[in-house]
Amino acid sequence: MLGDRQQLSYIAAQAADARLNLELETEGMTLNIGPQHPATHGTLRIIARLDGEQVVWAEPACGYMHRGYEKLAEVRTFPQVTTLVNRIDWLGSFANEVPFILAAEKLMGVEAPTRAQYIRTILFELSRIANVSLFLGDLGVQLGAITPVFLAFRDREYVLNLIESATGGRFHPNFDRIGGLKDDLPAGWIDETRAVMKKLRNFCDQIEDLLFGNEIFQSRTRGIGVIPRDVALQYGLSGANLRASGVDWDLRRDQSLPMMWNKADWKVWTHPDGDSFARCWIRLQETRESTKIVDQLLGSIPAGPVMAKVPKIIKVPEGEAWVSTENPLGEMGYYVVSRGDLGPFRVKIRSASFNNISITPWLLRGVYVPDIVTILASLYFILGDIDR
Amino acid sequence: MSPLLAEIPYWGESLLRVLGGLVAVLLPAGTIVYVFLFKMMSFMQSRLGPMEAGPYGSMQLFAEVGKWLQKEDIVPERADARIFKMAPIIVLLSTFLLVVVVPFGPDALFTDLETGIFYALAVSSVSVLGILIAGWSSANKYSLLGGLRAAGQLIAYELPMVLAVMGVVIQAGTMNLQKIVVAQNSGSMFGIDAVGHPYLISQFVGFVIFMIAIQAELTQAPFDMPIAESELVSGYMTEYSGFRFLIFFIGEFATAGVFAMIASVLFLGGWGVPFSWFGWTSIDEVDNWMNFAGPLIMFTKMMLIVFIIMWIRFSYPRLREDQLQRFAWKGLIPVALANIMVTSILKVVF
Repeated sequence: MLGDRQQLSYIAAQAADARLNLELETEGMTLNIGPQHPATHGTLRIIARLDGEQVVWAEPACGYMHRGYEKLAEVRTFPQVTTLVNRIDWLGSFANEVPFILAAEKLMGVEAPTRAQYIRTILFELSRIANVSLFLGDLGVQLGAITPVFLAFRDREYVLNLIESATGGRFHPNFDRIGGLKDDLPAGWIDETRAVMKKLRNFCDQIEDLLFGNEIFQSRTRGIGVIPRDVALQYGLSGANLRASGVDWDLRRDQSLPMMWNKADWKVWTHPDGDSFARCWIRLQETRESTKIVDQLLGSIPAGPVMAKVPKIIKVPEGEAWVSTENPLGEMGYYVVSRGDLGPFRVKIRSASFNNISITPWLLRGVYVPDIVTILASLYFILGDIDR
Repeated sequence: MSPLLAEIPYWGESLLRVLGGLVAVLLPAGTIVYVFLFKMMSFMQSRLGPMEAGPYGSMQLFAEVGKWLQKEDIVPERADARIFKMAPIIVLLSTFLLVVVVPFGPDALFTDLETGIFYALAVSSVSVLGILIAGWSSANKYSLLGGLRAAGQLIAYELPMVLAVMGVVIQAGTMNLQKIVVAQNSGSMFGIDAVGHPYLISQFVGFVIFMIAIQAELTQAPFDMPIAESELVSGYMTEYSGFRFLIFFIGEFATAGVFAMIASVLFLGGWGVPFSWFGWTSIDEVDNWMNFAGPLIMFTKMMLIVFIIMWIRFSYPRLREDQLQRFAWKGLIPVALANIMVTSILKVVF
């Protein structure tokens, strides 16, 4: 079913087609971008009606990679669910675990020890860096520059190595436990992380020189895909996409969670333009801020245990809890309903990408085919995060 | 004409020249350009590039050719099969025809056309036909978009290219590529003949425009919308597989090499060294060893230009189609016209 607004836009598109047919005797072309297409790193399908190279009407069709995580979570115990949610946004997987664990902890009334909270926050930011640095490289590929992605893969590898040495998993750490963390940090990890953060800041500078300072990049992204502030709010955008439209909103700062973001001194960037350039630029700045957060938190990790006292067999008391955090892609939240069993009765996942791409029918109307790619790249979605 | 070829009938001579062109120029040029570029590109992107095929990956091209030849030659069901199969050959043909007029030494040349550069520019546009019919006959929407983009782009950039060459032609007073080479090497700048008179210096604007135009003619980034792998999958090449794709693929690199040769003939003095170094004054006095050294010198210059082309390709993002057209019509063409005016005025004055 199409929504009202989309229905109207579709009718308008049809009418425009009919008028064109009368005038020029041309007909529009329906172009399926996806499900397998290099621009939609995953299996998103964009149905676009084209007039020449101009998009008259476009709609995303998702669900090609639906894996049913909400349902699967119902037949698993609480500690087992983290393996599932790891795979939602596969580029920043540790960040997916955190809100779920926080929701479970909230229901149980336990809180992780301070050291665990510090390490959680650091790993959370590391997964953000791993995620967004790949975005910065991929952005170049989408726009036709092939070098940035290799730089991104090179420097992301350092971060993944860090995550691996701390948690044992490169992509899917599954490190978070209800009441704390599985293990403490390995020896020497802190110094290594400091060095890597320096490299990552260097990488940000490189990307800024190579891509953001390039006239062609600017002419391809500035003024393209502009989302005004009110539209961004209406469509429920979150994360960098929302901040690029001038909304000063960051859950890391605005929410009080048992995490350590407020212990570091960092800045929430916003941009007034709301165009593709703004979205990319915000992400670049956020990567820098993340390295700052990690650097500061590394210096002040207190000693102590990383696991609170929790029973061996975890039964979560009856109740409902909603926890959302500012994930690499935007706001990610879990609504967990428990009936006092070993596993959740119901889990509703609010993932950022699903809402972020819901704006595409509005945003893609009237743009040219090359700009579809730019806009989709700048919205930055991950298919696992859309389809769950 | 050399005495060796005097006894052979005309058709035999033409055939030999074509085969010679293939074997002597295109194959080594393609191979070396390919390996050089892959290594160069890899080092720019902090990786090693091909390492397995042959020592240091030098046989990579042969490995790839072997791979592509083994693949099935697929023709889409709804494609116009005959034209579909013809398209890559047309593209390659234009590259071959282009190489025919390039001089590699005082006597090492295939044809000495009086209107050499005119001919080169004319046959270089034949490839548009191949690309356009490849896009049209594939019965694929992406191919169609890519083919149409290519046609628009190649025609738009043909003009600045011709206009940029005009400056050189005016300055040399001839369209013969051999004579353009001689004019550069035997010339002098303000009475100093130590480096001859490469038109790179006096026609710098023309050189820059020519380089931009060949970047677009070769559909390399930032002008690679016809292929645009992130938008159009692979543009007009989307439906090609097996050796037909190989022809497109090798054609791309070979054409880059050939255009670079033409650029080095026009602006860098081609095969020659400044004649004053050895006391020559005209082409007749040039020693015979230049027939061996010439191709090597030419090759070095070609590599230099290919390096610049690829350097830009690997570091720039892609323009949009309308921005590209605007750049050609509003930017390059007026500048090229002004360049011609200034050149002709200076030519009359000096």
